[in-house]
Amino acid sequence: MKPRVAVHKFSSCDGCQLAFLNMGEELITLTRLIELVHFAEAGLVNEDAPVDIAFVEGSVSTPHEVERILRVREHSRFVVSLGACATAGGIQALRNMADTGRWLAGVYARPEVIEVLPHSTPVHEHIRVDLELWGCPVNSQQVIEAVRSLLAGAAPVDHRDKLCLECKRRNQVCVLVARGGPCMGPVTRTGCGALCPSLGRDCFGCYGPAENTNTGALGRRFAGFGFVPEEIAQRFLLINNAAEPFHGEGRRWQGDGQ
Amino acid sequence: MSERRDITINVPVLARVEGEGTLDLHIVGDRIEQLRLRIFEPPRLFEKFLEGRGYRDVPDMVARICGICPVAYQMSAVHAIEQAFDMDPGPWVRDMRRLFYCGEWLQSHALHIHLLAAPDFLGFVTAVAMAEKFPEEVRRGLHLQELGNAIIRLLGARSVHPVGARVGGFFHAPRPEDAAALLARLRAALPDAEALVRWVASLPVPDDVQDFTCVSLRQPNEYPMNEGRLVSSHGLDLAIRSYREHFREFHAPHSTALHSSLDDQPYLVGPLARLNLNLDRLPEPVLGNLQATGVRFPSTNMFHSALARAVEIHCALWEAIRLLEGYRPAEPYIEATPRAGVGYGCTEAPRGILWHRFEMDEQGRVVNTDIVPPTAQNQARIEQDLHRSLSAFGLDHAPESLRLRAEMVIRNYDPCISCATHFLHLNLERQ
Repeated sequence: MKPRVAVHKFSSCDGCQLAFLNMGEELITLTRLIELVHFAEAGLVNEDAPVDIAFVEGSVSTPHEVERILRVREHSRFVVSLGACATAGGIQALRNMADTGRWLAGVYARPEVIEVLPHSTPVHEHIRVDLELWGCPVNSQQVIEAVRSLLAGAAPVDHRDKLCLECKRRNQVCVLVARGGPCMGPVTRTGCGALCPSLGRDCFGCYGPAENTNTGALGRRFAGFGFVPEEIAQRFLLINNAAEPFHGEGRRWQGDGQ
Repeated sequence: MSERRDITINVPVLARVEGEGTLDLHIVGDRIEQLRLRIFEPPRLFEKFLEGRGYRDVPDMVARICGICPVAYQMSAVHAIEQAFDMDPGPWVRDMRRLFYCGEWLQSHALHIHLLAAPDFLGFVTAVAMAEKFPEEVRRGLHLQELGNAIIRLLGARSVHPVGARVGGFFHAPRPEDAAALLARLRAALPDAEALVRWVASLPVPDDVQDFTCVSLRQPNEYPMNEGRLVSSHGLDLAIRSYREHFREFHAPHSTALHSSLDDQPYLVGPLARLNLNLDRLPEPVLGNLQATGVRFPSTNMFHSALARAVEIHCALWEAIRLLEGYRPAEPYIEATPRAGVGYGCTEAPRGILWHRFEMDEQGRVVNTDIVPPTAQNQARIEQDLHRSLSAFGLDHAPESLRLRAEMVIRNYDPCISCATHFLHLNLERQ
């Protein structure tokens, strides 16, 4: 029997599910290896079916999602968080630092009818997660690697290296040193293929924090380039704003870097 | 006297749309008493957390509103901010933005036709199931989708949340050899796009003519993507900055998507509206290929939306080839010069007009912003269509048939719910 796989959507932009839908013909190959049982965007609706692997896209941000994520855990052998929202709360976790009620009132005429939690939170804050795939968005290679490893019964490799290593391997000009750009490469996880530096632009940390980072030193380097504390804070508080140590570093610079 | 039954159906999650929602349908005898499409995508409050951000962060932030159409968000935003800063990046950037947009239309439309919509017309639950019976058609569709992604990657390094666009232009100019290699692949796919239009035109669709107002951008001499004036099938002709004078958003309590109206009436945006209003702006070979199918446009059959998407795939491919044929690298951007001001951007996202207003301060930070995505604009029209289509279909059908028909009607709009907003439980109540 083929392993059964589900893809669940929570609060998100749907972009990480495209890691499946953008595979092209490999998607057909993949469906020969596994049986997709729940993947609403692809037409399969069977949310509570027992599965071997459940991919979860999106953060938990409503009372209904809190209840749903518990059911996902109950019905799944492995739970894999797919992307920045599921793994770190996503860009929408920016509201965790604000008064959600006031923001709602700024967008909706009748905020009282909107059911939303004050915080947008990652999946691991609600249930045990077996593998976290970082990235905004994750790419197809990450998904295929995870599926292949789990199918082979091997523990998937957690790629926690810094982006800088990937950038060096590709012989790309250093955006931080050569151009004085506020590049997040020294503290950001590898996995994207060092795309931003390949275009000559600074990394903005969409793959989340790497292992053993020194965010304090990087923040001070940015200050040395002439960036003001608010700009440095916003560097850390972007896509993965709720992930440590980005969160703490950003908050520190909001308070002038002391 | 009509038979009176109490039936409640609860269908979890409308399949093959991007997002989630519920349809409440209350039928009394032979009449729809209440019909509400409830969209409950959790609000993510982008407009609020953009406030105070520097202009450099904006393209990367707004892209995250929608993973299916990030280019559209980036393009509406950079146009609005450049207007606020009074910048004109010039013709090279203009051409490359059009090319970038062609990529998004190709990938998004090909995804919708093959993975989301066609299974409806051919009676399959999923595209994977459809692929067993129609392997060549599905493979062709996935190939066109991939070409769209390849165009986006040429300029943006990746196709979902691309990283190449900036206020003032692009971070880099593609290398001529990369542009040439892509051009060769696009040329080779032209017969595929032509065949796709013929195939979609041959799909069995319901004959469902209805009266609705179309709204799109319009340009003097090209099919609209990044710029233009707002026009409607009822004679509206408006500068995008005046959008708020005629278009109104209101918060229906049953949904987290704000509804929109044009002079207090529902209206349609997206491929069918665009094609109906811009038939004379299609490149000649694209128009010729469409006319050869025998399907006449402008069309008031909503189910011709799928064909309109196929025509726009052909159009986008044709345009991308034209733009790449003249390609030469140039300075890819002009430096931004922040100043306080207000700017507007309106572009044709795959699902229809995407309107942005940005107010910036003198340091180039966002003071406030107003974003109106296409699906929110279509929501009132979808409800109107459901009312009509379900009545025409026959309310005495079994609940399961009613649900399938409702899903088909909704899916036809390619609602990208995450933009605004989630998708379909059907709560059917009958008396």
